[in-house]
Amino acid sequence: MASVNRPNKQQNHPLDDLIRKDRIPHIWCPGCGIGTIFASCLTAIKECVATGKNGFDLDKFVMVSGIGCSGRAAGYVKLDSFHTTHGRAIPFATGLKLANRDLNVIVFSGDGDLFAIGGNHFIHAARRNINITVICVNNLNYGMTGGQVAATTPYNAKTTTTPAGNAENPFSLPLLAYASGATYVARWTMLHTRDLTVSINEALSKKGFSFIEVLSPCPVNYGRRNKEKPLETLKLYQEKSIIKNGADPSELDIDMEKGIILGKFVDIDKPTHSEKYDKLYRIE
Amino acid sequence: MTENTTESRVLTGEHFMTGDIACAEGALAAGCRFFGGYPITPATEIAEQISLRLPRVGGTFIQMEDEIAALTSVLGASWAGLKSMTATSGPGFSLMMEAIGLGLCTETPCVIVNVQRAGPSTGLPTQGAQADMMQARWGSHGDYEIIVLAPSSPQEIFYQTITAFNLSETFRLPVIIMTDEIVGHMSEKVIIPEAGKIETVNRLRPKGRKDRFKLFEPDPNGVALMPAAGDGYKIHVTGLTHDEKGYPVMTVEAQAEMMARLTGKIRNNIDRIIQTEELFLDDAEIVFISYGVSSRTCLEAMAMARSKGIRAGFLRLITIWPFPDDQIRALAKRVKALITVEINLGQIHREVKRCAEGKAPAYLVGHPGGTVIPPERVLAMAEEVL
Repeated sequence: MASVNRPNKQQNHPLDDLIRKDRIPHIWCPGCGIGTIFASCLTAIKECVATGKNGFDLDKFVMVSGIGCSGRAAGYVKLDSFHTTHGRAIPFATGLKLANRDLNVIVFSGDGDLFAIGGNHFIHAARRNINITVICVNNLNYGMTGGQVAATTPYNAKTTTTPAGNAENPFSLPLLAYASGATYVARWTMLHTRDLTVSINEALSKKGFSFIEVLSPCPVNYGRRNKEKPLETLKLYQEKSIIKNGADPSELDIDMEKGIILGKFVDIDKPTHSEKYDKLYRIE
Repeated sequence: MTENTTESRVLTGEHFMTGDIACAEGALAAGCRFFGGYPITPATEIAEQISLRLPRVGGTFIQMEDEIAALTSVLGASWAGLKSMTATSGPGFSLMMEAIGLGLCTETPCVIVNVQRAGPSTGLPTQGAQADMMQARWGSHGDYEIIVLAPSSPQEIFYQTITAFNLSETFRLPVIIMTDEIVGHMSEKVIIPEAGKIETVNRLRPKGRKDRFKLFEPDPNGVALMPAAGDGYKIHVTGLTHDEKGYPVMTVEAQAEMMARLTGKIRNNIDRIIQTEELFLDDAEIVFISYGVSSRTCLEAMAMARSKGIRAGFLRLITIWPFPDDQIRALAKRVKALITVEINLGQIHREVKRCAEGKAPAYLVGHPGGTVIPPERVLAMAEEVL
């Protein structure tokens, strides 16, 4: 057909219908991994809706973010979206979900937001088994404010507030999620987009508190200070990552020497907060 | 209470109940369907009562991990379309300041109750005070207007809780009810009318074309229509400075426009918001001004003064913020003195003094907190200044 080679003037992106195009360009730096993870998330949402399973309806998807680079995702997604205060995406999402159980609530935020200032909210939402999905972009530092140490920064890593190296140990996010009671726990890197998309699809379909950690480069603030060029970080993700589904959650510390374990670590069924609440409190 | 087990939303009838319980019942009568709480003396009884009652009328109660989460969950539930509330006391109120700011900036209706105890810090957990009045006005960072009510009896707590919900739904903002340990824990007769006789207001939700809808475009009253998450409007809600569409705009002009919207809807509707009660002001030479539990001190002091031939009157503030500037200015023009009575070291007194400046002297009968002010002190002050 003659039209095959005709240039496509529209240049449409397959995720255009899920983006607030009037808010583009985004603020994310060149080399940042958030956009890739965000695209995986939108692809998974689209797939969920397309399959029609679980009665998924695009109008019922809600994205909630906190503050930080990843927190800006809520501002770009064309869904009902809430950009809340620092660390509070999860309690806000809890209120949304408990008030309207038809909503599919996704928390999309960063490691500083979810695990330092918001750490307490994370463990309690997991403990309660609130039926939401939390996606954490882990770039190992506070990117928005210029690269300060986070609760996820590796030991000895340099940041603007640990100029001689980080004296603290980081959280292992999957272990924390597992110990707190999450029903679904996975870890990927932004390089593993296909696995990540499948995983987000599974998490969205999962009944209960589902959690995915996604490692992401921050070349401008973290990589630069730790002598990691943007592509080198991606090479590390490729060469040092080991996919080990069902790995013991206690062995998931991020160690660039030994390797980073990726995969799905927890996928269990148990009643959600709302199911248990109804059983005890609603009189039929 | 046997009423606790009832499944009816409105407990029509005559009761003997505490202010805290009356608050929970007022919330249910107003249509509250979500409560995010955290235990704290002397507000815990509100959460306890509502944890039992809410699920039986189709609502949801959750005790969150702290007061920040409690109020944040309330904001989330409000955006899901439910009338939502929380209740706390000073230390929890301090933690809620962050979410109050988010609620104001995102124009989220909800009700926050502060059953005040003496501070600062942990203070006197089981003893009353009225020392968070300025915190209620200015506690969250940035400029804003807010609505704050101060009921003075369990019966009034019941009604003002309904009013608080109605105001929050009308003007789309968090409304704060400031009670105190004394009114919160005292038991008095509370009459609850039939459900049909209680006026409730629900936020206006948009209809029509979803692609043209603007989330913060004010109606003639200065208030925007509010859809719920899941309605299909694809709204974006942010605590960043935003335009009428709800999109973040980091400019001086956008900040000025947003602030004009946030403050205008209150400042331009002051007559619809402010409630006061006037007693014996017609012939008054001296006027006591008070609110909450200290109103009771003033009623007694006024009776004592009148029996001694002092023409005392009483202005009871039910709405504290926005402050009734005009009413107090007018009053100050025709009386010899104003005496503010409150269990703090002069928070509302400062406002009264500002309004009375150059017209009448303003005095304070205050107290550092922990107990009520004896009416004798008010009488003595009246005798001294006249």
